[in-house]
Amino acid sequence: MNTPAVAVRGLVKRYGAIEAVRGIDLEVARGETFGFLGPNGAGKSTTINILCTLVEPTDGEAEVVGLDVVRERAAVRRRIGLVFQDPTLDAPMSGEQNLRFHQELYGVDRRRAPARREEVMRMVGLWDRRADPVATYSGGMRRRLEIARGLLHSPQVLFLDEPTIGLDPQTRGTIWDYVAELHRNAESQEDGGITVFVTTHYMDEAEHCDRIAIMNEGRIVALDTPDALKAQVGADRVTITTDDDEAALRALRTEFGLEGAVREGAVSIAVADGAGFVPRLFDRLGHHRVAIRSVTVTRPSLDDVFLAYTGTTIRDAEAGPAASRGMHPMAMRMRGR
Amino acid sequence: MTTTMTPEAVRVPVNSLATEARAAAVVWQREMIRFVKDRSRILSSLAQPLLFLFVLGTGLGSLLGSSEGAGSVAFTTFLFPGVMAISVLFTAAFAGISIVWDREFGFLREMLVAPVSTASILIGKALGGATVATLQCLVLLALAGLVGVPYDPLMLLAMIGLIFLMGFMITSLGLVLAARVKQIQTAMPLVQLVITPLMFLSGALFPLSGLPTWLAVLTHVNPMTYAVEPLRSVVFDHLDVDAATRARFDPGIVWGTWTVPVGVQILMTIGFCVLLLSLAVWRFRRTE
Repeated sequence: MNTPAVAVRGLVKRYGAIEAVRGIDLEVARGETFGFLGPNGAGKSTTINILCTLVEPTDGEAEVVGLDVVRERAAVRRRIGLVFQDPTLDAPMSGEQNLRFHQELYGVDRRRAPARREEVMRMVGLWDRRADPVATYSGGMRRRLEIARGLLHSPQVLFLDEPTIGLDPQTRGTIWDYVAELHRNAESQEDGGITVFVTTHYMDEAEHCDRIAIMNEGRIVALDTPDALKAQVGADRVTITTDDDEAALRALRTEFGLEGAVREGAVSIAVADGAGFVPRLFDRLGHHRVAIRSVTVTRPSLDDVFLAYTGTTIRDAEAGPAASRGMHPMAMRMRGR
Repeated sequence: MTTTMTPEAVRVPVNSLATEARAAAVVWQREMIRFVKDRSRILSSLAQPLLFLFVLGTGLGSLLGSSEGAGSVAFTTFLFPGVMAISVLFTAAFAGISIVWDREFGFLREMLVAPVSTASILIGKALGGATVATLQCLVLLALAGLVGVPYDPLMLLAMIGLIFLMGFMITSLGLVLAARVKQIQTAMPLVQLVITPLMFLSGALFPLSGLPTWLAVLTHVNPMTYAVEPLRSVVFDHLDVDAATRARFDPGIVWGTWTVPVGVQILMTIGFCVLLLSLAVWRFRRTE
């Protein structure tokens, strides 16, 4: 089984004058947990919708388990599981009725259907609540049920579009535990097992993935393992608060030849060895009579990776002009479906 | 958590007529689950036809003062199949438009991303609407004796079949209307706007004889007319009425000089079912 789980070449999607996806190339191996990161409006949802056969690309090709998403639509659909950003459960029906509905819709073998329902519901800890209407479930429970449903027909690729959005940190952790479990099981499978393709805009969650792609303004700007991406950024980040930020910046420039940046009332500096830099920093800034009130040293995070590749933090990207561009009416409508 | 996720455990089969039928069946089944759970809807939707039949029917009947002699017919008897049609009209249109709720709450997406055709999903919906409309009418049919309609098994069977067909047609119409509507607040006035004229122009409330040309034309282009008339015809076949009374209350549908046979009317209704459902499928494929 050497066909990749996902293969994308030169993918473009335009909505009128808006170019949501501007030519991306991507390959995801079987059994991989692949993270797709970027701010809202970066083109993540459009890309995932193309891979799930819900949107046709304007140009380029996309294959899922070796099947073309346009020409072999039904075949692709049979092999993928989907969990959307917005809920798609029927609230009056019970949890188990929702799953049974899905099995019938997908034509799952009736003799095996009940056992499989139990299996996935136990996995997400909802078996005891199976007879209750979904209307009585909490947001986290609904999300877990949707993940269970996504796995019901044993898909080869599971697409999770922002599965943790709007959930509390504990439930977010639980969701990632399931993904990790799928991944562990995948390793023992001969065919490479289930591939998980997940989009998120929580940087910390990307750490759970084997590889991540960072998307910004319709392009993939970085693609590697989380560790490799962090290594590329390289630097530690030293953040200091001072009595006079301007003087501190001048001193950094003259003493170390470093360009600091003022962010949220603190001066931040990228250096190779943060811990070793701090004593020298105190010494030299003291000469310039700049009083340091606090200092923190942070190892590079994926937030820094994102910052390095897009020139903005993911939060700023969403609040700033890039976000308003992304939330064009067309993009809104896409999301609304 | 020691569950094993073996992809071999279950496989999704290649599309066939059987998988499409299963998809339609489960969509139908969901409509049934919702119908049974929503008892208040059953009761409230029975109120309107009962008011039409016993209040409007009795009131107008005394105004018309139809002679109660042998061979003649009470106005409520005339109205009985018409009220049946009105009940179907509102119940089925509501069932069709309910897909807007599915869209609003996201469940429509779950249905439309499955590896089955949109047509199977919508056929399931239309069969569901038709079944619900028929079940509602069974309660009204039970009251036949109160308005002088005999409990003839063959007549009742024929009526149930015609009601089901009408229900399928109107649910499909509801689906056509719902295809582009995103919010239920928009859908409700739209249904009222379309359903009310269909009701008044169908011959459900008055006989189609001696109408002014403009009204005759409007009733003749209304698909509902061809679904109502067979129903009335079946009832009158089983009433003990003289030819003059029948000609007055059940004149049939006349195009120019040609009286359209009931069989042709039923075929036309089946044609409308196919047409409206195809239109709904086409519109849903373009929207979603």
